[in-house]
Amino acid sequence: MTTTVLTVDDSRTMRDMLKYSLLEAGFRVLQAQDGLDGLEVLKTETPDVIVTDLNMPRLDGFGFIEALRRDVDRKSMPVLILTTEVDTEKKLRAKAAGATGWIVKPFDPVKLVDAIRRVAA
Amino acid sequence: MTNSTYGEPKSRELIAFRIGEQEFCINIMTVREIRGWTAATSLPHAPEYLRGVINLRGAVLPIIDLSVRLGLPSTEPTERNVIIVAQIAHQQVGLLVDAVSDILNFNEENIQQTPDIASDLVRMFIRGLLPVEGRMISLLSLDHVLPADALEDS
Amino acid sequence: MDSLDSIREVFFQECDEQLNELETGLGLIQTGATLADTINAVFRAVHSIKGGAGIFGLDELVNFAHIFETTLDRIRRGELATSPQVIQVFLRAADILSDFVNAARTDGVYNLAKSKTVISELKHLTSTDPALATDERLDEVSAETGLLKLPYWHIIFKPFPSLYAKGNETMLLLRALERLGTLDVKIDVSNVPELQNLDPENTYLSWKIALFADCTEDIIRDVFEFVEGDCELQISWIEGDTKSDGTFEQPDIDMSKFELFTLPQQVEETSAAAAMSTNNADQNLPDQQTSKTDTTQHVNATIRVDLDRVDRMINLVGELVINEAMLSQRVIEAGIARTSSVAIALDELEHLTREIQDSVMAIRAQPVRSVFQRMPRLVREVAAQTNKQVRLLMDGETTEVDKTVIERISDPLTHMIRNAIDHGLESPEIRVAAGKPAEGTVRLVALHRSGRIVVEVSDDGAGINRARVKAKATENGLISSDATLTDEEIDNLIFLPGFSTASAVTDISGRGVGMDVVRRSVQALGGRISIASRPGKGSTFTLSLPLTLAVLDGMVVTAAGHTLIVPLGAILETLQPRERDIHALDHNIRVLAARGGYIPMIDVAMLLGYRHQAIDPTKSVALLVECESGTRAVLLYDTIQGQRQVVIKSLESNYRAVPGIAAATVMGDGRVALILDVDAIITSTRMATARLERPRIEQTLMEVS
Repeated sequence: MTTTVLTVDDSRTMRDMLKYSLLEAGFRVLQAQDGLDGLEVLKTETPDVIVTDLNMPRLDGFGFIEALRRDVDRKSMPVLILTTEVDTEKKLRAKAAGATGWIVKPFDPVKLVDAIRRVAA
Repeated sequence: MTNSTYGEPKSRELIAFRIGEQEFCINIMTVREIRGWTAATSLPHAPEYLRGVINLRGAVLPIIDLSVRLGLPSTEPTERNVIIVAQIAHQQVGLLVDAVSDILNFNEENIQQTPDIASDLVRMFIRGLLPVEGRMISLLSLDHVLPADALEDS
Repeated sequence: MDSLDSIREVFFQECDEQLNELETGLGLIQTGATLADTINAVFRAVHSIKGGAGIFGLDELVNFAHIFETTLDRIRRGELATSPQVIQVFLRAADILSDFVNAARTDGVYNLAKSKTVISELKHLTSTDPALATDERLDEVSAETGLLKLPYWHIIFKPFPSLYAKGNETMLLLRALERLGTLDVKIDVSNVPELQNLDPENTYLSWKIALFADCTEDIIRDVFEFVEGDCELQISWIEGDTKSDGTFEQPDIDMSKFELFTLPQQVEETSAAAAMSTNNADQNLPDQQTSKTDTTQHVNATIRVDLDRVDRMINLVGELVINEAMLSQRVIEAGIARTSSVAIALDELEHLTREIQDSVMAIRAQPVRSVFQRMPRLVREVAAQTNKQVRLLMDGETTEVDKTVIERISDPLTHMIRNAIDHGLESPEIRVAAGKPAEGTVRLVALHRSGRIVVEVSDDGAGINRARVKAKATENGLISSDATLTDEEIDNLIFLPGFSTASAVTDISGRGVGMDVVRRSVQALGGRISIASRPGKGSTFTLSLPLTLAVLDGMVVTAAGHTLIVPLGAILETLQPRERDIHALDHNIRVLAARGGYIPMIDVAMLLGYRHQAIDPTKSVALLVECESGTRAVLLYDTIQGQRQVVIKSLESNYRAVPGIAAATVMGDGRVALILDVDAIITSTRMATARLERPRIEQTLMEVS
């Protein structure tokens, strides 16, 4: 079974970077532009892992994760946040919101894949 | 924003072939390959339309003489005859025909009903008629080409 | 099949392997080979079964295996000597363990009473340990039981509800730890409340993990990076025991215990993964000459492959062989000189093709060991039941044969061994009186002979009692009272249907089942069975089977221009009918006087509808055939082309079954030829003839050998 990853990011460059690295590693990739768009995708798709940015328009990463954890069917879905090394405060906030783990930006494709494998069953 | 890949062309392709003076066609998706006639090994107590079996890369392939199956006059096959290897459910069969004549595009709406006057045998195999450039080509359904069970040949 | 079922299946497959390993090991120890390797292998076999059984909640199996393992461990630690008495207990324990596994496999209930004796015997052997002698219910073995004497990281991990709420997963963390080294994982379920008090959102489980890895604590902490604050985590370094010479004892961790938790596709790789992590551990201990590498490397070198894939390959290679032969034929027809470079290249191609065919066939081949290994137990049981003393000698366990043949060889072999002990060997008193040792010997030998596998079962018993066999056969109406038979012919009477020499049917030789059944099942495999006996010296049964069921030895014949294959296993004799031996029973039934009886003749071409005028038998070739039930017939053909090994092809995969035809094959010219179903042909003819001439036909079918 191919692992499906949903990437949620408002930056096209970031989305493309993620997509490229993930496809390369053999994952199936779904994309969303922000939290709301991400929730929309989740109505029809059940990804194995979600990778989300935090700072996004309309619905940011924190809100997105909180909404997800309230959804009975999706509350145990692993979510990795994209964050910068220095941003410890955001890391903790995201964890409090229910994030499973994090990926440090700018990411190294190997570490990205490794982090996904760490949380994807 | 999802990367789903849907879509198949709406029109389908058919492969047309001749048996005697008549033209028939089947869905190209069921065709595995087309090969020349080779002598078949006849099977005991087989229905008349079963020419026998041939070796298709290690598998034993039954050969149906479509002409006999459709109630048309039978002729002894020559090197010019063609075997269309078709997939029917889980099995592969070879259909003995005179020649492959065309590859056609078609839309479901172009298919015309088989006239009521046609015989039961024809109605069993022919799904409909397809007018192509003044010709009338019969669209075959292969579901009943192989004998379903022993009842049919007894 | 869902994944749990397939994991279960893998578990039982491994149980079989481990039980075989156990039996072999104990056998070796019995011969006096008390090598550390062997003892370790035996211990590990029991340990592995226990580990897997724990996952499936097979508590009784786990408990028994644990007691067994604990006793074995004493041997391993040199606290207990491998005396013959001790080995006897172990052999019995191995039998019980095998019974437990079988009961679990069939979801059956195992009669615990049967294991009680062995349990107390085992406990007696460990009686210096008071805890074991008193406590029957034992927890699963863990890192703390003293089996593990390497230094290791001891990790206590207790997840909080928040860990799961954030989408983390314990299994994945364990898997990440496993990448660092070898794991022994113990789950603590002591906090799990009664079901009615269970809060599904709460966490009750915790894990104790022994990690054998040469890494820093930080690396371990990194694994738990995401779950920091969402769990209780204690990591401590435990120093291992060291021996006086400064080396460590081997870790005995069975990875299957852990890996069976993981995804099905990983289970396939369990053995390899286990071997690899063990090797890693070995690298950390350079001084140590390992005692387990032999077996681990052995496991490491195998993979499990879907049989369909292998069969497809065998099929394709069969095609390659045919194609190559056709090409060579064409080249010769084209008049190309044999010394030309084309012909030389073709020779090389032929050589290569044959080699590929042999190699591919070898993939399916397995040593007969797996069947042979079941026999010592059988011999012990039958010996006990019949009050006979039996020594089993086995040779050629490594002889390889196709997997499907192995699977089907077991029943006839079991029967032959039972027969050898029950009917062949005399009781100890009679043996001693006859000047023989009280202990009888049964030899089981496998070998390759001219492209077939030959299995011999011989005993040093009394041999066939020919007078009695002949009397019995006469009594049963199998032969006439005045028949003169050679010794060999008399011996072979025991294969006739309905023949049984024992006046009372014993339980051992099997519920009224005689050697005729053995012969039939052997024939069904394209095999033959024969007997050689010397009065007072013993008997030898020889079983000859094809190496694979994918090919068949056949006689190529022509009937009305059609090429047909007759399975060689069914053919008794090739005949040339003479006018005076042919008798007409009816206008379309003729019989042939042969072998002292009248045997119906069948014109195969006519039966198959290839012609409508019967062939003149004197101008035909006749094959005397026998079907599985022992009924004989003479099949008439136009010509015989010769013997040939053919690859069996199914008619059903693209068409359907055809009456009278067993299967098809592809000949050297690329054309399909049909393989006759001799049984079906004889049966259909018999039914037709029986209607016409019942009383007389039955007379003719009577055996007058």
